[in-house]
Amino acid sequence: MNNDDKLILGGHEFESRFILGSGKYSLRLIEAAVQHAGAQIITLAVRRANTKEQESILDHIPQGVTLLPNTSGARTAQEAVRIARLARELGCGDFVKIEIMKDSKYLLPDNAETVKATEILAKEGFVVMPYMYPDLYTARDLVNAGAAAVMPLASPIGSNKGLATKDFIQILIDEIDLPIIVDAGIGRPSQACEAMEMGAAAVMANTALATAGDLPTMANAFRQAIEAGRSAYLAGLGRVITRGASASDPLTGFLRD
Amino acid sequence: MVKINGELTEAAGKTVEEYLSSAGYDKKRVAVELNGDILPKCAYADTVLKDGDSAEVVSFVGGG
Repeated sequence: MNNDDKLILGGHEFESRFILGSGKYSLRLIEAAVQHAGAQIITLAVRRANTKEQESILDHIPQGVTLLPNTSGARTAQEAVRIARLARELGCGDFVKIEIMKDSKYLLPDNAETVKATEILAKEGFVVMPYMYPDLYTARDLVNAGAAAVMPLASPIGSNKGLATKDFIQILIDEIDLPIIVDAGIGRPSQACEAMEMGAAAVMANTALATAGDLPTMANAFRQAIEAGRSAYLAGLGRVITRGASASDPLTGFLRD
Repeated sequence: MVKINGELTEAAGKTVEEYLSSAGYDKKRVAVELNGDILPKCAYADTVLKDGDSAEVVSFVGGG
């Protein structure tokens, strides 16, 4: 692979295109997950602190990994802004993944509130990575609001159903001049690979690993799939013919007149 | 009474620093919002909690 092929987010360069979630599995598996994933970015959530649980997730994340706090739990732009400010006050950088949901059944993001929060936080100097429902007009609003990337969902959070919104993500990839990072619903390495073949800049996965039989091995499988998909995208996929066939062998017949 | 993380507590009169250590929080691992605004760590020692204040004390957990 081309060594100059970097993912750039808010002026920061990353070689890995696999953004790892840290939810729903043991803190003891985090280090192995990061290493097997080759991840350089890991997401976290912010919650009311617990005085009984003295162990911090930060003690389990290897040095040099960029933390990407999310604003999960926010139902409005204003709540997302408060959570983002608290996350920055925790002293681990300026990255934030905006996640605003009013609906607890399907966990779908509220695009309008997400645009509002992006605008406020980008002005405050955050590297803003908004999670969104893949809609072209919203994506354009996010660009204008100062987002560093756009993170469309592939299917509902935690569903492992794969690229249900594939055609709409492709529109964002084709039309939006920011990294498009496919987030939520990616359940298998083959789906992550397909997203990367389409030209996604990166893939984020959490539940696919947390619910796998062997988490570190699945992290490794995702890493390989994401790298393969990126290589294929850079190589340029071969064309598809809709009808008929195209011989791979020379068409000169022999053994008969 | 001071509302901290949604619960009423007898913390009025204590500084934020005193409250955090008496309640068992690790000051390095938390962030504090007081009445809707971030309270910088450098202000913990000088900020006294008052009756009617509302505070959030948060930390990082695993998440996607």
